[in-house]
Amino acid sequence: MTKSILSAAVAALAMGVAFAAPASAADVSACLITKTDTNPFFVKMKEGAAAKAKELGVTLKSYAGKIDGDSESQVAAIETCIADGAKGILITASDTKGIVPNLKKARDAGMLVIALDTPLEPIDAADMTFATDNLLAGKLIGQWAKETLGDKAKDAKVAFLDLTPSQPSVDILRDQGFMMGFGIDTKDANRIGDENDPRIVGHDVTNGNEEGGRTAMENLLQKDPTINVVHTINEPAAAGAYEALKAVGREKDVLVVSVDGGCPGVKNVAEGVIGATSQQYPLQMAALGIEAIKKFADSGEKPKPTAGKDFFDTGVTLVTDKPVSSIKSIATKEALGKCWG
Amino acid sequence: MSEPTAAAPHHDYEKVLRDSAVEVASFDTGDKSVVQKFRNFLHSSPSAVSLIVLVTSLIIFGILLGGKFFNAFSLTLILQQVAITGIVGAAQTLVIMTAGIDLSVGAIMVLSSVVMGQMVFRYGVPVEIAIPCGFAVGALCGFINGFLIARMKLPPFIVTLGMWQIVLASNFLYSANETIRSQEIGATAPLLQFLGNNFRLGGAVFTYGVVAMVLLVALLWYVLNQTAWGRHLYAVGDDPDAAELSGVNVKRMLVSVYVLAGVICALAGWASIGRNGSVSPTVGQFANIESITAVVIGGISLFGGRGSILGMVFGALIVGVFSFGLRMLGTDVQWTYLLIGVLIILAVAVDQWIRKAAS
Repeated sequence: MTKSILSAAVAALAMGVAFAAPASAADVSACLITKTDTNPFFVKMKEGAAAKAKELGVTLKSYAGKIDGDSESQVAAIETCIADGAKGILITASDTKGIVPNLKKARDAGMLVIALDTPLEPIDAADMTFATDNLLAGKLIGQWAKETLGDKAKDAKVAFLDLTPSQPSVDILRDQGFMMGFGIDTKDANRIGDENDPRIVGHDVTNGNEEGGRTAMENLLQKDPTINVVHTINEPAAAGAYEALKAVGREKDVLVVSVDGGCPGVKNVAEGVIGATSQQYPLQMAALGIEAIKKFADSGEKPKPTAGKDFFDTGVTLVTDKPVSSIKSIATKEALGKCWG
Repeated sequence: MSEPTAAAPHHDYEKVLRDSAVEVASFDTGDKSVVQKFRNFLHSSPSAVSLIVLVTSLIIFGILLGGKFFNAFSLTLILQQVAITGIVGAAQTLVIMTAGIDLSVGAIMVLSSVVMGQMVFRYGVPVEIAIPCGFAVGALCGFINGFLIARMKLPPFIVTLGMWQIVLASNFLYSANETIRSQEIGATAPLLQFLGNNFRLGGAVFTYGVVAMVLLVALLWYVLNQTAWGRHLYAVGDDPDAAELSGVNVKRMLVSVYVLAGVICALAGWASIGRNGSVSPTVGQFANIESITAVVIGGISLFGGRGSILGMVFGALIVGVFSFGLRMLGTDVQWTYLLIGVLIILAVAVDQWIRKAAS
């Protein structure tokens, strides 16, 4: 008697599995692996991916490193995704070179690998990269600063507040892009600091936060107190630079430009702390990534790069309340609706 | 009391005493070379080495850079730039003097500042209450450190390594890594930025944060040298067993040191709001390493029980002068790190050399 109950239970279980199996095979599942779970940029990215996944009926699993630079957690996440039989991986890699062999395993297993925001090295280690054109982001603010200054741009004194001493690619692209937009000869466009334009006061590193931005600005102001244009790697660094300028009473006559488009940054543009910023769109990157994985799962088709570029450009827009005629820009009111953080 | 020679021997075997040494045991005060005298001087005044290095580096950069470096504004700017490291360094000094180490100082500092900010902006608490809340969080973190180290007998390195991660993660989770902007703070709760206000004396600019650091160090210097608590702290660091046998409550002493360190970190958090204007969960990432660097260059022994808090200030200033001076010279920022690395190793080597003077 007990035996027959047991076998009935086993049979029911087996039937349950049999019914369940085809359903999960039809499911497309995708993985999102970000640098951290705490940076608002990645929080927005996760939101974008989750919303799109729900819309398309894709099962999304999200992973993140503990801190920026934590590559081990990302490797573990990739291995989990492969074991899980996901169709594709969206990743913002902490270690753009080191993670390549692990992602190759995923591609060998027939998965679509898409780099979000941060290109891998080499860039073709991913099937496609969905990212901001950081060179264009730099060019936009450089050009805006040039046009805003008008004739005075010829003898401007420019300070560059960069990211870290190791000159990561995003740092180089934004810094050199600004120079191109502003009309400074960049010499080697892959290197910061080889330029000899007398308008450059100097470069200093900020670690992309307020503390570093303030100290770097103080140091460069000591080098040349007549600085009147400041390029900053991101908006927290710009906020720190503004504090240093305020301390010496220069906040009104210095033009500060930045890149990011986070909500505190856009508010700072609205209040005149930052003159203009180039806004990027993490939500868009993730949504497009999920769409690409779904398409790949359905038809095997891989996404194609934007014409003339080796990645898919998710767009960048100049945000300022003092527009110049030659550059398309949006006002802070509109940008606040698209910002993150 | 009669000399042994004066007493008539009672027994035969005591006769040998007649020819033995009769003077009372004393320290060797015999002739010493100049080097040995210098070494003894350094041993008796542990902050002298760092002061000498500081003055020398000021002179060298003064010669290299001239008036651009050697003016009241630049020199007080360096003070402003090291004020936070100096305050955190004071907390680190207390801990290291007990032969411990605190890797969680920077994390406690950031969490305290975030709590101060969020109390006002998320919960609408009046700023006069929000700031003490931040201090309470600092004290609580310090208490957990102290409890685990003193009562559970866990090694300070491990406890604070763990707390560093725990506190930092709590900070990011609690704040959602969102920044509170300087302009909002200025409009609603300017008291949060109080330590960023400044006053001028001629060309010199002093922020209240700098004043807070100087007062804190002066107070701790007095406490360490003139109060029972301070002398007990040295005793615990030098030899906890001996201190225990002499009647010092070592456990309570250790807990009080870590709690005080937590409170001082909260003060640093308040000062960092003043300096950065905004409340940002991403600042202070290297405050633990910077404070340990200042302490080590300041000649405070990592083995505990020896050193002066003034040395830590000189150590912090040396790093500040090098960073600022080298940036003014326009060198690659890597040279700053390289030279500071050399200074750290030199400082410990000198410490070892001085210790030999004691033996």
